[in-house]
Amino acid sequence: MSVAEATPPVVPKSVRKTALNAVHRQMAAKMVEFNGWDMPVEYPAAIGCGIVNEHMAVRTGVGIFDVSHMGDIRLAGPGALAAVQHISMNDASRLAVGQAQYSALLYPQGTFVDDVIVHRLGEDEYLLVINAGTREKDFSWVRDNTRQFDCAVENLSDDFTQIAIQGPRAVDLLQKMTNVDLSVVKFYWVTRGNILLVDKSLRRYLSDILIARTGYTAEDGFEIYVPSDEPTSKWVWNRILEVGKEFGAVPCGLGARNTLRLEGCLSLYGHEISDTINVWEAGLDRFCKMEKPDFIGRAALEKAKAEGVKKTLVGLEMVDRGIARDGYKVLDEGGREIGYVTSGSPAPFLKKNIALAYVPPAQAAVGTVVKVEIRGQGVNAQVVPTPFYKRPKRATKSE
Amino acid sequence: MSYPTDRKYTKEHEWITTDGTIGITNHAQESLGDIVFVELPKVGTEITTGKPFGTVESVKAVSDLFAPVSGTVTGVNEDLATAPEQVNKDAHGAWMVKIKVKDAAEMNALLSAADYDKFVSEEAGS
Repeated sequence: MSVAEATPPVVPKSVRKTALNAVHRQMAAKMVEFNGWDMPVEYPAAIGCGIVNEHMAVRTGVGIFDVSHMGDIRLAGPGALAAVQHISMNDASRLAVGQAQYSALLYPQGTFVDDVIVHRLGEDEYLLVINAGTREKDFSWVRDNTRQFDCAVENLSDDFTQIAIQGPRAVDLLQKMTNVDLSVVKFYWVTRGNILLVDKSLRRYLSDILIARTGYTAEDGFEIYVPSDEPTSKWVWNRILEVGKEFGAVPCGLGARNTLRLEGCLSLYGHEISDTINVWEAGLDRFCKMEKPDFIGRAALEKAKAEGVKKTLVGLEMVDRGIARDGYKVLDEGGREIGYVTSGSPAPFLKKNIALAYVPPAQAAVGTVVKVEIRGQGVNAQVVPTPFYKRPKRATKSE
Repeated sequence: MSYPTDRKYTKEHEWITTDGTIGITNHAQESLGDIVFVELPKVGTEITTGKPFGTVESVKAVSDLFAPVSGTVTGVNEDLATAPEQVNKDAHGAWMVKIKVKDAAEMNALLSAADYDKFVSEEAGS
């Protein structure tokens, strides 16, 4: 047997580690190299983990992720809004202080430098949370393209240990560890507060911690940004797991992070979006505000819209036995190659084999039957509505 | 983990009994994670030493199954089509195929349980 995605037994020196690396290894997590980072892909079955269990915990309870490999860029100063507006496609002028939005940085061609979450932290202060694999590229790009604006651009990527607490019980877990009333923090809002490290009576806490109601799992949840020194990081991580026991919290790796985001049809850089794919093709129209003041990529997008797209992102569900994987060819019913799979996997919660794929618009209608080439065989699949998974609406103030 | 001594092992993490029953090792299922799909050849298929004869897929990875020795498939564990997780639960019990071994002498080249155990520890520690 040979595993196609083998785990490198030795970590090359160039591979980076988060402050929680030793903690993951102590927990016997299976480690993989991801975008230059040594990260946990899943935790052991012996502690109730594994991708499927981790995935289900996030859909039904709560899961904890170390996402410190994500990068952070701060823009602050009188020209910060104008700078953010210039480099990103969503309309940051609509953000109130404490609000966040999904957006993207575009090349002049209308293709992706990266997708980002823009947080408005203060009157003239924004925090862009960016992908691990594009950290250095993004920072240089942001710095180079905002020189004309009156604002400071700082790379804070190494300053934070970013921990995601995700799932319907995430709010209950985190509420036990903070003085912030989380019921008033809406989805895609961010606040600052204390994180209790022991308990309320002992008053041992970290103060002024960024707490955002964001995530990458298509579930309710939070991402907290704590100081990245090892003792603090470890303390917070262990405390969350301990407090989370009563909610069945489990640590989750990148494996579950990927299957969760795929069920929710959230884009992954290098897969659904890249420097060769534009906004319209990726179907991210609703996050691209053409009516706002000019931004990098806008002119090309206007032209691209007039010309019409040649490929479009669709959701596929396998009809016959087989699992579509990243990079597999998509064929029409006659066996002619028409596109490719960007992300494909079994969907642990939906219990189906699903994929996102680029196909020509003519074959993109829901119900269209296509084939995915799996080891030389065309296996039937069907275009289905996206997202594959949408979290049930719960009667809380958080929605 | 102690590996059953009633069978031989390969460096590709398969096991084979003297009567030609083939499966993957506990180490293999552990490194794969949740197994969700097993694709096996039909009865009558000729398989060749070191060549792929099937596929095992976990949530995150696709892996080929390599024939420990040459032979002809005489039986296939059909249960794995609907319950592939059996391999995670009991890798040394959840067999994949049975073959009629072409040349029994080929079995001598395979690893003993102790050698395989040593190989796995060295691989992990290297």
